[in-house]
Amino acid sequence: MSGGPGLSGGLGLSGLSGSRVPREQEVWIALGLVRDPELDEPITELNFVTEVRVDEAGGVRADRAAGSSVSGSGEALAGGRVRPDVAGGAASAVDGADSVADGAHVYVRLRLPTYFCAPNFAYLMVADAHDVVTKLAWVDTVTVRLEDHFASEEINGGVADDAGFSGSFPGQAEGELDELRATFQRKAHTACLERSCRSLIEAGWEVEGLASARLSDLPPGTATEALLRRRAEIGLSHQPGDPLMVDSSGAPVADVPKHLRFAKTVRVSIDGNGIFCRGLLATRYGDGSSPGTLSGVIPVADLWRRAS
Amino acid sequence: MYEKDGEKYYIVDSHIHFWDGGAANQKNRYGAGFTGCFYDYQKNLSPAEWVWDLEKFGSYTEDDLMHDLFEAGYVDKGIFQPTYLTDFYTNGFNTTERNGALAEKHPEKLITNGAWDPRDGEAGLDALEALHERWQFKGVKLYTAEWKGDSKGWKLTDPWSYRYLEKCEQLGVKNIHVHKGPTIYPLNRDAFDVADVDDVATAFPNLNFIIEHVGLPRLEDFCWIATQEPNVYGGLAVAMPFIHSRPRYFAQMIGELLYWLDENRLTFASDYAIWQPKWLVEMFVDFQIPEDMQGEYGVLTTEVKKKILGLNAARLYGFEVPEDAQVKSPGLVTGESGPAVGSAPVDETAPVTA
Repeated sequence: MSGGPGLSGGLGLSGLSGSRVPREQEVWIALGLVRDPELDEPITELNFVTEVRVDEAGGVRADRAAGSSVSGSGEALAGGRVRPDVAGGAASAVDGADSVADGAHVYVRLRLPTYFCAPNFAYLMVADAHDVVTKLAWVDTVTVRLEDHFASEEINGGVADDAGFSGSFPGQAEGELDELRATFQRKAHTACLERSCRSLIEAGWEVEGLASARLSDLPPGTATEALLRRRAEIGLSHQPGDPLMVDSSGAPVADVPKHLRFAKTVRVSIDGNGIFCRGLLATRYGDGSSPGTLSGVIPVADLWRRAS
Repeated sequence: MYEKDGEKYYIVDSHIHFWDGGAANQKNRYGAGFTGCFYDYQKNLSPAEWVWDLEKFGSYTEDDLMHDLFEAGYVDKGIFQPTYLTDFYTNGFNTTERNGALAEKHPEKLITNGAWDPRDGEAGLDALEALHERWQFKGVKLYTAEWKGDSKGWKLTDPWSYRYLEKCEQLGVKNIHVHKGPTIYPLNRDAFDVADVDDVATAFPNLNFIIEHVGLPRLEDFCWIATQEPNVYGGLAVAMPFIHSRPRYFAQMIGELLYWLDENRLTFASDYAIWQPKWLVEMFVDFQIPEDMQGEYGVLTTEVKKKILGLNAARLYGFEVPEDAQVKSPGLVTGESGPAVGSAPVDETAPVTA
C-alpha cells in the first residue's frame, strides 16, 4: 500500500487545474487531503494550518522572503524542497537572474495542540502537506513550517531535505513511518465501519443481519464516503457488491456483535482524542473569545481563512 | 472523607505531584515546554475558578498542596507519583526525595512511590534498592517517554526492564504505575502503545500494573489488554476532568471502561496540581450516565463510585478504610476478578442509589 494521502479522493483536485480557483485556495483544498493520522480528521478542519502563501515570483527567492517574515522564532528556516525538474531554474534565481522559473513557491505554516505532540505523527503531517502541495501542477517549491513544537527544527529540516523520518532523527528511529500510518488507517477503518453499522441499525437492521450487508446497502452520504475511502487506503475492495463486515485484513467478521463492540471503543477513543486536541489547541492559541497561553497568537481571522 | 446524602466516601488520590516546574528550575526549552503543556491541560479542562496563573502553577507551595488536597479536597490519602525529568529540570521535576520530604512530614496523609529507569543498568538496580530502603515505598511510577541524553524513551519489554521488575518483586514493591508519553525508542513506533504492558503483566502475575490515564490516548488498546490481564488496572488521572467540560464523553469513557474491565480495577486521581480533587470528587459523586446512554452502559451506583474514589486504591496499598465508608461487596482481591469483558451493566429496573 502506498503510504501518503491519496489524491484520488472525492475532491477531484485534478479538475482544478486551469480553472479560476485562486491558487491559494487550491493549496487549502490540497491541504484538506492531509489528515492527522491519530484523529483521522483533515488538518485544515483541525485548525492546524495557520497560513498559506503563494509567491508567484517562484523559486528560492520567494523562499528567502518567507524566511524574513518569520524571523525571530529562533529556528532555522526549512528551505523549500525543490522539485528535481525545476531545480536548475530555481538555482539560477539565487544568482539574481530575473528569469526565474515559471512556477510558484508555496509557503505553509502548521501548528499542533501541544509542544510535545508525538514527533512521528507531526512528521507525517508535515511531509504529507509538503507532498500534496508539491503535486499541484503550477508549484515549483514548497516550504512547510511546523511551529512551536519541540522537534520543529528536525521535522522541518528533514522534510525539506527529503531525509525521511529516520534521516531526520538519526540514531533514534529504526525505520520509516509506514507501519505506524497503516496501524492508524486500520483503526480509522474500524471506527468508520462502526459508524456505518450504527446507521444501518438505526434504519432497522438487526446486528446479526449485518453479516450479509453489502456496501450498496449503505445510505449515500459522508459517512459512507469516509468508509469507502478508508477501505481503499488499507487496500480493501470497495465495490457496491462487496461485503460490509470485513476486518482490516479483508476477512469476513466471524462474531459481528463482538467486533462491533470493540469497534465502538475504537471510535470513542478516536473521538475523545479529537475533543482533547481541539480543546488544547484552543487553549494554546486562543479561540476567538480568549487569548491563548502561547505568545504570538495568530489572529482568529487567519484561522478561518481557508477554502470553502 | 467526603459525605453526600448520608453516604461516606473514602478518597484516595492515587496520582499527585509536588513538582518544581518554575522558570528557575527549567534547564532548557523542553522544561519550559513541559510546564506549559501541563498548564494548558489545567486551563483547558478546569472550571474557570480553578485555573491558576502560570507562575503559581510552576511553583506552588507545600501549603497549597496540603490545603487543596486535605482541607478543601476531601482526600484521605494521597500517593505521590515521581516524575524525574532531569534532562528538562535542573533539580528534577518531581523526585522521590522531594515528594518524600512532604510524605514524612504528613505520614497519615501522604505516601510517596519510587521510580526507576532501565537505562541505568546494573548501578540503577542498586540505587533502586537504596531508594526503597530509604523511603519504603509500595509502588513505583515509570515514565516511558523520559529523555536521557540521546535516548528519547524505553519500553517495559526492554531486557533491563525485566531485571527491575524482578527487583520490585523481591522488594515487595507490588504496584507498578505506567505512564506512557509521546516519545520512545524507536521513535518511529507509536509511543502510546500499551502492548508492552501485556507482556510484562503476563510475566509478572504477582505485580499490579496500573496504567495511568487509562491508556489515553489509546483507550481501546488499554481496554483490550485489561480484559486479558487481571493484574492490569486503570488510573483515571486526565480522564476525570472531562466530567466538567465534556460530561457526555466522560460518560462514554467510564462506560467503556466499566464494560471491558470492572469497577474493582479503576482508581481515582486528580493528577494534582494539574487538577484539583475538590471539584472532581464533588462532580463524580453527583455524576450519572445520561439517560439515553444507560441502555448500553447502565448506571453508576454509589457502590461503584466508592470503589473508584478510594476503596480500590486502598486495597492495592493496604490503607485502612473506616467501616462506615465500606461497601457491602468490597471487590475481589487482586487476581480474582476473572474475565472482565462484558461486566453486565446494572439492571435498569434496579433502584438507583446514586
